[in-house]
Amino acid sequence: MDIQLTEEQELLRNSVQRLLRDRYDFESRRKVVATEDGWSRKHWDAFAEMGLLAAPFPEEFGGLGDAPLANMIVMLEFGRSLVVEPFFETVVLAGGLINEAGSRAQREELLPEIAEGKVIWALAWTEQKSRYDLNNVTTSARRSGDEYVLKGAKSAVTAAPWADKLIVSARTAGGHRDRDGVSLFIVDRKSANLNLRGFKTIDGRRAAEIGFDDVRVPASQMLGDEGNGAAMLETCRDRAIGALCAEAVGAMTELNSATLGYTKTRKQFGVALGTFQVLQHRMVDMFIALEEAVSLTQHLNLTLAAKGANSSKLASGAKSKIGDAARCVGEQAIQLHGGMGMSDELNVGHYFKRIAAINIQFGDPAFHLMRFARLN
Amino acid sequence: MELSLSKEDAAFRDEVRAFIAENYPREMRVPNAETDLTKDQSLLWHRILHKKGWIAPLWPKQYGGTGWSITQRFIWEQEASRAGTLPPLAFSVTMVGPVIYTYGNEVQKKRFLPGILSGDDWWCQGYSEPGSGSDLASVRTKAVRDGDNYIVNGHKTWTTLAQHADWIFCLVRTDPAAKAQAGISFLLIDMKTPGVTVRPIITIDGSHEVNDVFLEEVRVPVGNLIGEENKGWTYAKFLLGNERTSMASIGRSTRYLHRLKEIVKAEVADDDPAFVEFLKDIARVELDALALEATELRMVAQMSRGIDPGPAASLFKIRGTEIFQRITDLTHRAIGNYGLALREHPAGANIFMPGPDYGYTASENYLNSRKLSIYGGSNEIQRNIIAKAVLGL
Repeated sequence: MDIQLTEEQELLRNSVQRLLRDRYDFESRRKVVATEDGWSRKHWDAFAEMGLLAAPFPEEFGGLGDAPLANMIVMLEFGRSLVVEPFFETVVLAGGLINEAGSRAQREELLPEIAEGKVIWALAWTEQKSRYDLNNVTTSARRSGDEYVLKGAKSAVTAAPWADKLIVSARTAGGHRDRDGVSLFIVDRKSANLNLRGFKTIDGRRAAEIGFDDVRVPASQMLGDEGNGAAMLETCRDRAIGALCAEAVGAMTELNSATLGYTKTRKQFGVALGTFQVLQHRMVDMFIALEEAVSLTQHLNLTLAAKGANSSKLASGAKSKIGDAARCVGEQAIQLHGGMGMSDELNVGHYFKRIAAINIQFGDPAFHLMRFARLN
Repeated sequence: MELSLSKEDAAFRDEVRAFIAENYPREMRVPNAETDLTKDQSLLWHRILHKKGWIAPLWPKQYGGTGWSITQRFIWEQEASRAGTLPPLAFSVTMVGPVIYTYGNEVQKKRFLPGILSGDDWWCQGYSEPGSGSDLASVRTKAVRDGDNYIVNGHKTWTTLAQHADWIFCLVRTDPAAKAQAGISFLLIDMKTPGVTVRPIITIDGSHEVNDVFLEEVRVPVGNLIGEENKGWTYAKFLLGNERTSMASIGRSTRYLHRLKEIVKAEVADDDPAFVEFLKDIARVELDALALEATELRMVAQMSRGIDPGPAASLFKIRGTEIFQRITDLTHRAIGNYGLALREHPAGANIFMPGPDYGYTASENYLNSRKLSIYGGSNEIQRNIIAKAVLGL
């Protein structure tokens, strides 16, 4: 890490590294992923105990402040260890939204619950036809007395099968692609008329299709201003991208070092693979791709922390550039490991699959390239 | 992209920016500063910087450097490059100067450093030969000791701006029996010495930047040998290290990118499917430049804390040149049919050139910039360096 971290940030990084080294080796992870639930409550409790689940929150809620930098520090290490527990969904997405848009009462109630590890969250914004457009919302919320009635469906919501609560985007006004008229609701996952069908994801996690068949939500459970949900989600996406880029950097770091180590020891035709120039140059390109990704990730998160102008454009740019770079590194890591790279037993393929998932979450590189190009 | 600057550094940036705006000579604002200026014109800015004391920020203060911090040096580079100024001749200031003050003796420092700083001496680089391009250690130009002189015979090539040069620094073989790197010496040769002949090489863009330099029975005083005989390779490597880190040229790429966007807007209708292709291609190269710039800032931050990037700096040469080549390629495509036209050299006011004036240099820049991935250690050589020295392969 090259930006000057504060003492607290340095401490956070060291303790995450220590925790993951002690109990998150690849084989332990494999066992957790293979369980019925697919995640470990024990790990989650350990995260809570060391203060990790509050790290990006303001100091009054037990965090370090400077959320983007704290997210970056944690997510980079999580990327290196392929952590499956829903830190991203619960802390970065939901915690971030509650902290930014929640009322005083909501923040005081909900942030400590997250920090203590008591409540798991998921963010339900994607729909069957929305692709990566935050404004494209057909799920509706109709006011009925002191309640809203939600009707519609959300798609591929990561961590939803594990979640106690959901943040759901639903339309309170406007046409189905209007930016205005989207509102955010806090919905209990066990609500009546909420149907959830879970499935496994390519990166060893869980997601769900969720149906809302007249789900009644108290009006007090609206998050932020009515009709302003798309704007809140946009800021949330920028932060999410900062975190996902850091996670991708973590995965790329491990892929590069595994590939380098493998080609130095694996012999073919009587010599180490790493002596072939064509492979050397490819690994140099992987090295450069990682260096650039590190730089861009730091630059993005520093800009987000400083609430710099153009940070949303920069987020799209970074998502696109780092997504392409990570895919490239992942593909080459498999290629250079030869047949072994295809094996489920080796961690390389699992990093590759996490990168493939990152490249879908909150928009793929092509989507963000065009958004970067069009924003000025 | 900006470094987050301290108050002092921000004031320094403002001072530098204002100085450039007020003092950069109008005569030097030509379509292509690298090929269109006479020797005297291209020295105008050099002389202004010398007078100001800003000609050699890289040098230690005792030899005429500025005493700037690493951050200030970076600010200077960034501002000068963003303003589109022609940098002082690299062969003199960035390359041979540091070799002389690092490895030269007192007499050599006294004799050569002032002329480099003032611009009175123009230096060129006698490295490449017809038989040694990227494999520099294979130089064959011979220097044989004869009393107080060396007798030099050989053929240097791709010598940039040798037509203007007063001096050439040469790699010569002084021990033919030694293996590759071991028998090479670093020799300074006066271009006016009998036996030195310069012949132009015209490149594919039609310009005259590079030359053949023939050395026939050239008598060079022993006092012009830098350091020790047969140790030239050490000095050559030191010089190449200085060359690499200054090759990212983000400022220049940013300026050309800006112009490319204007050209695309003017030349390609926004309902043309090609418009979207240009948008994507431009966005990609813009992101490449942004990532490299962020990496450069990271390196500056590291260097300020005393961490040397070492051979990893080769990545700036690789990516910087790839990015600029890509921009010139896109620019040439953006001007459409007028990409057929090639400006004649030497440039003159009465030679007809069709099309809008923002397109005049598109063809020649596209052609000329092919050289970037070849010179200064080809990009393949740079990848070898990283593979060996950084990745340990």
